Amino acid sequence: MPQLDVNTFLPQVVWLVITFTALYLLMWRVAVPRIADVLEARQRRIEDNLDKAQESKKEAEQTLAAYEQAMNEARAGANTHITEATARMSGEAAEREAELALDLSARITAAEDEIAKAVDDAMDNIRAATIEVAAAVLERLTGEAPAEKDVAKAVTKVLKSEGR
Amino acid sequence: MAADQSPLAQFEIKRWVPIEIGNVDVSLTNSSAFMVLTVIAVSAFLILGMRRPAMVPGRWQSMVELSYVFIASLVKDTVGTEGRTYFPFIFTVFMFVLVGNLFGMVPYGFTFTSHIIVTFTMAMVVFLGVTAIALKKHKMRFFTFFMPPGVPLIMAPLLVPIEIISYLSRPMSLSVRLFANMLAGHTLLKVFAGFVVTLGLFGVFPLAFVVALTGLEIVIAFLQAFVFTILTCLYLNDALHLH
Repeated sequence: MPQLDVNTFLPQVVWLVITFTALYLLMWRVAVPRIADVLEARQRRIEDNLDKAQESKKEAEQTLAAYEQAMNEARAGANTHITEATARMSGEAAEREAELALDLSARITAAEDEIAKAVDDAMDNIRAATIEVAAAVLERLTGEAPAEKDVAKAVTKVLKSEGR
Repeated sequence: MAADQSPLAQFEIKRWVPIEIGNVDVSLTNSSAFMVLTVIAVSAFLILGMRRPAMVPGRWQSMVELSYVFIASLVKDTVGTEGRTYFPFIFTVFMFVLVGNLFGMVPYGFTFTSHIIVTFTMAMVVFLGVTAIALKKHKMRFFTFFMPPGVPLIMAPLLVPIEIISYLSRPMSLSVRLFANMLAGHTLLKVFAGFVVTLGLFGVFPLAFVVALTGLEIVIAFLQAFVFTILTCLYLNDALHLH
């Protein structure tokens, strides 16, 4: 078995020590720091970007909050405007209605007065006509003209009993 | 069977450039050549992959970062934050063993991790280093490691020798595990590859087996590098935190 040939041990050990030490120095001084630097830089970059993202998120949240506040203010303003306008309009409407009602009642009263007057006139005419008719009927029946005063009294009495 | 056709011939150490300094044999062998190749390959992979580091990594850079993060999280999970200091060493161990194993899978390649002297030297470095770290950190309290807490004193004569033996056998188990896995896998591959030729037309069956085994061996190359690394981490954790 070549592995047990003691004569080969020394050159192998010597070269192992040389090559392994060389590789160790290369790793320790060159390769490992270089790789570590790159990995660290990437880690830092990722953390930086995460921080930035966090900041952007915060900013966006602030903007959203400001926007919502503005919206709320605007909504509140609009509500007060609407309430004011409604109040004003209903006031005006009530005023106008009251005026209209006043005007209407005045006109109604006038019309009623006119009607009453017309009715009175009509009644007076009817009474006069009735008295005349009654007097004429009595004259025909009795042959004698009755006293106008008595006829008027009787007619008034009858009319009154009729409710006119 | 001729000597160069033996399944073990692939593990032969060949002195490519004989060098002797004083009386010490430091010849450049096929084994040491592959160690040098491993160093070059690992450095090229890791350093050239990071030559123009991009914020969003490409394929090569992703692979470099993946191997780094893989070992970094392994160290963090097993050793904790104190393990950061030893990360370059553990990363070197992982990459060295992994690429060494993988070069063994390349045809005409040589697997230096299939030599017990190589794995044992690495295991001893880990063992002695970890023990030195433990002694430096805990001074004499380190020896309480051999007496687990909550054990009745009467058990001590039995338990302490067992703990000491198990501690001392760590470099053995660490080195033999890697060495034996590599040795067995490559020997098996060679044996079955030999059947492909000798069986003629029926050689397709061992050929299919060799193909499957090659896939398995690549998995084992990763797995053993990982096992070697995680055990190093666990020993380091024991050294830093005792129990």
